[in-house]
Amino acid sequence: MNATRPVAVRLSDVTLAYDRHPAVHHVSGAFAPGALNAVVGPNGAGKTTLLRAIAGELALQEGRIDRDGLSRHDIAYLPQQATLDRSFPINVLDVVVQGAYRRIGLFTCVRRETIAEAERAIDAVGLSGFEDRPLSTLSAGQFQRTLFARVLLQDARLILLDEPFNAIDARTTADLMELMRRWRGEHRTVIAVLHDLDLVRSGFDEALLLARSAVAWGPPVEALAAQNQLRARAMSESWDPDADLCHGAA
Amino acid sequence: MLDPFYSLLIEPFAAFGFMRRAMVAALALTISGTPLGVLLMLRRMGLMGDTLSHAVLPGVATGFIIGGLSLFWMSLGGMVAGIAVVLLAGALARGTALREDMTLAALFVIALAIGVSLVARVGSPADLLHVLFGSLLAVDDHSLLLIAGVSSVTVLALMVGWRAFALDTFDPGFLAAQSRSAGFWYYAILTLVVLNLVAAYQAVGTMMAVGMMIVPAAAARFWSQELAGVTTAAAVIGALAAYGGLLISFHLDLPSGPSVILGAGAVFLVSAVVGPVGGLARRMIRRPHLTG
Repeated sequence: MNATRPVAVRLSDVTLAYDRHPAVHHVSGAFAPGALNAVVGPNGAGKTTLLRAIAGELALQEGRIDRDGLSRHDIAYLPQQATLDRSFPINVLDVVVQGAYRRIGLFTCVRRETIAEAERAIDAVGLSGFEDRPLSTLSAGQFQRTLFARVLLQDARLILLDEPFNAIDARTTADLMELMRRWRGEHRTVIAVLHDLDLVRSGFDEALLLARSAVAWGPPVEALAAQNQLRARAMSESWDPDADLCHGAA
Repeated sequence: MLDPFYSLLIEPFAAFGFMRRAMVAALALTISGTPLGVLLMLRRMGLMGDTLSHAVLPGVATGFIIGGLSLFWMSLGGMVAGIAVVLLAGALARGTALREDMTLAALFVIALAIGVSLVARVGSPADLLHVLFGSLLAVDDHSLLLIAGVSSVTVLALMVGWRAFALDTFDPGFLAAQSRSAGFWYYAILTLVVLNLVAAYQAVGTMMAVGMMIVPAAAARFWSQELAGVTTAAAVIGALAAYGGLLISFHLDLPSGPSVILGAGAVFLVSAVVGPVGGLARRMIRRPHLTG
């Protein structure tokens, strides 16, 4: 599918909290449609929390997320990889075909076109010849390539990636970045949580520097300027058990 | 025909109706139970079978109190109690911070305590033994029909929903992001487990019913790296165990339910040693490495 109009995601005064302690605090702004958006910030800054909220997994404490009319089922969301059981008896092709779940549904057979599409996706992530390999025999990089191929099959207009390059080597990162540039060319909106600031500066269009609140949001070189990073680092990691009620707004 | 093989392997079934019934019951339970065992294993919920088998017990005892030694009342009680525990376990696992393994461990002991108390209050120890160990050689028409019905419903449900069952087991987060039905499958699997346990309890007893699900699945894991292969292997192993176990039970005059489980147990141990996927022998024997 070639999206006619890229998806815009807007945050209005978004506050996300665990047990009333805010992990994301009064964040407002818009992600660039049809572009590569990075979310960066220190550990505990609320990056994953924000991504899960955009994916529709978390209820908002306050504010609004406007997903441009997309339902949560139309979004491709790749969480941090640790959660899957890689000893599960399944091969690469069967994992990738899962990406077509929305089109196949529960009860119809997987058609030959879908298999061919999955094979093209496996080729696109550089895993040709791995179709029948059991998941348990893959390296961390090959596994991440497999999950990217599944995202390809989802054919989503909004793609959320949580630290997709953690523990991934330079070559795999470069290959997958190339794929993300292709997504941009297809006017898909990508929002990725990342730690590699050089990669964000060189490869992304926009960056949100998050430290519970939005410290900076804009072109990566400006958003990641030294004084902004200092401000982000000053964020206290611990929450205050005696914190007062917040009456503020963005 | 005085062939020793015939008298050893076939004659017990040719000559005795109760052996044929037992075989049919055991095969039906195997065909529907082993795929459920595979799903439980892959969800790391192998002990859930145990929990539910004991959860069924207070229900069966309550059914016994209401209707006496009636298949209908005892099965209904077992199903109600089992499904109640499924809902409770799901709510606790999803709604609270306590991890699932501890939730199950706690529910399992509580259910067992209630069940044993009820049985002790109303019945003799012989009744308790019957409920716990069952008697595969005393399967009557009604319980055979119940087993056949539950087995058919289970196989149909698994056929229709297999893709979702498998996907919800492999990556529940992904399914939840893709489909509104995600929460349903967890309960569907466990409800099918309860149905199979209730159907099986008077054939092999509550303790052994879960073994017929879990042990062939555990053995099958050593034979394939594909879900379809594991599931097929589990069904074949379960069927072989049912056949072999019934023969052992017949010739050595042992209780039938435990004999079937011991048959599966033997296959499990052999598989753990010689199985090509992660078996002991594969890991122990050093073989020269390849070039790439």
